[in-house]
Amino acid sequence: MSTSTLTAASRLLGRPRFLDRLDLPRRLVTAAAGSMVLIVTLMLGFVAWNGIQIFLTPGSNAGSVFSTAWQPLANPASFGLLPFVTGTLAVTMLAVAISTPLSVGLALFLAEVAPVWARAVVQPALEIFVGIPSVVYGWLGITILVPWLRENFSGVGFTVGFSWLAGSLVLTVMILPTITSIAYDAFRAVPGDLRAASLALGTTRWQTIRHVLLPASAAGVLTAVILGMTRAAGEALAVQMVIGNRPTMPTGLTQPLSTLTSQITLDMGNTVAGEPWNQALWTMSLVLLLIAVGFVLLVRWLNGRRQTF
Amino acid sequence: MTADLGGVAAPLKASGSRSSLGQLAAARRATLAEDEALVTKMEATSLNVSYAGRTVVRDVSFPVISNQVTAIIGPSGSGKSSVLRCFNRMNELIPKAVVSGSVRLDDEDIYASGVQVVEVRRRVGLVFQRPNPFPMSIYENVAYGPRRLGERNRARLDEIVERSIRQAALWEEVSDDLRRKSGLALSGGQQQRLCIARVLATEPEVILMDEPASALDPIATLQIEELMRELIEKYTIVIVTHNMQEAARASDHTVFMSMGTDRAGYLVERGPTRQLFSMPTHKLTEDYITGRFG
Repeated sequence: MSTSTLTAASRLLGRPRFLDRLDLPRRLVTAAAGSMVLIVTLMLGFVAWNGIQIFLTPGSNAGSVFSTAWQPLANPASFGLLPFVTGTLAVTMLAVAISTPLSVGLALFLAEVAPVWARAVVQPALEIFVGIPSVVYGWLGITILVPWLRENFSGVGFTVGFSWLAGSLVLTVMILPTITSIAYDAFRAVPGDLRAASLALGTTRWQTIRHVLLPASAAGVLTAVILGMTRAAGEALAVQMVIGNRPTMPTGLTQPLSTLTSQITLDMGNTVAGEPWNQALWTMSLVLLLIAVGFVLLVRWLNGRRQTF
Repeated sequence: MTADLGGVAAPLKASGSRSSLGQLAAARRATLAEDEALVTKMEATSLNVSYAGRTVVRDVSFPVISNQVTAIIGPSGSGKSSVLRCFNRMNELIPKAVVSGSVRLDDEDIYASGVQVVEVRRRVGLVFQRPNPFPMSIYENVAYGPRRLGERNRARLDEIVERSIRQAALWEEVSDDLRRKSGLALSGGQQQRLCIARVLATEPEVILMDEPASALDPIATLQIEELMRELIEKYTIVIVTHNMQEAARASDHTVFMSMGTDRAGYLVERGPTRQLFSMPTHKLTEDYITGRFG
């Protein structure tokens, strides 16, 4: 390039104008991102600080936190959180175990089998499902599911109907659209090229799903399941309405249980800030938060593994 | 079955030959006897293809000669790929695609009721325009087809994989890393040869190639062309290309398609590549191969 063209170019470009130099859009989005990080950090810090208070307060019987006895009104009071932690895990795992095959099957149907019109009906239906408030699920559970269990299955132990199974079934329905839509996206994200390549080799649709689609989308489907798990573990209201709220270690499906979330919603109005019972609820929040963080880290780890090949 | 060729079947020598009419006629007489030995492997008859009611291919008929390369050339939108995909029923994957007419494979209509589409695609493989290896190791990519056909014997799989990759002229470049290296980690040209190896592993009779070199650099393109010339020893090849030189260099027969006023593709002219390129009978063909349009 000759010198004269260079000068011409620099004359054309000129000095950046004031507004350009200010670079407002960059500053705005940076501020937005910064405040988001700040808010999350403050929340985490706040919950963590309050969550450890019970261990810092003399005479709060903090050692009982790791026991199975939840007796906040007894003397001496005992704040065993194990029934809630195991309750949360039990209810969540059962819900995910029931929901996963259903959701992944539905997602596969939508992504690979369904005719266009069926997809056009089911997809908006799923979105509506996600938008239904949890109190509606809880209400349906308490007016239909719980009486149904009590009236038909009292012989096998559902004497009150409120139970581990009732909680898990309500959650199953609640997380079904979550898992389905994310798994569906994971299936759709598999390039059509790969499907076509497999089919062009003379494989059947099922072989293509089994050997190309599922391996290629495995990480995405796992992400869907874990996000469903996160939603199940975090759900408070609907679970509290049908689970029976009895702080015992889970031993059977017919048994009323309590979970971290259901117990927090149940007790938070009864406690006074600063007393050990209130502090124990904060500790429960912290544990819940840690479970959620654990799930998120799991998702990130899985996504990181996605591109092994 | 004797092929309806209407011309010479002499293998292509140098491209851009300027043989006189007389020379060509002599060549034609000399090879008429060879004509008798030619076998039609596949044949399209009155093929029509429409997508969602819009006709994209109208009344296309041509034979595909066994152990030769047939090139389908023509401008964009002339329905070349649509025709190609009729040969192993891949059009069925496109919603609202309708195919009428017949495509015969060894005298059997592959669109007849009772014909298993899976069987058709095993006998007629397809190499796509863009290389599309599976996100698996090189080995697993090639072993994919045989595995789905039920091959479990490790020794036999090893053998099929090595033979296929060798046939695809890729062995020297990948043999060290067969199981560790992902098919996606190869270069574009290598990926395309891997895709060819993947098709070869299922031992098809016909290999369809949909602009296999369009995403490749000139050297990789030449490698693919050389490969095709080697593969016709055992296979029959149909290739779609928009590259005149490629068709002229690598094919024995050429089918020239163009687009009608209603935007439906139709067959303008077909014949032995050498004849079609040196003495096109249609003005349109001449314009196209000389680069005046398309």
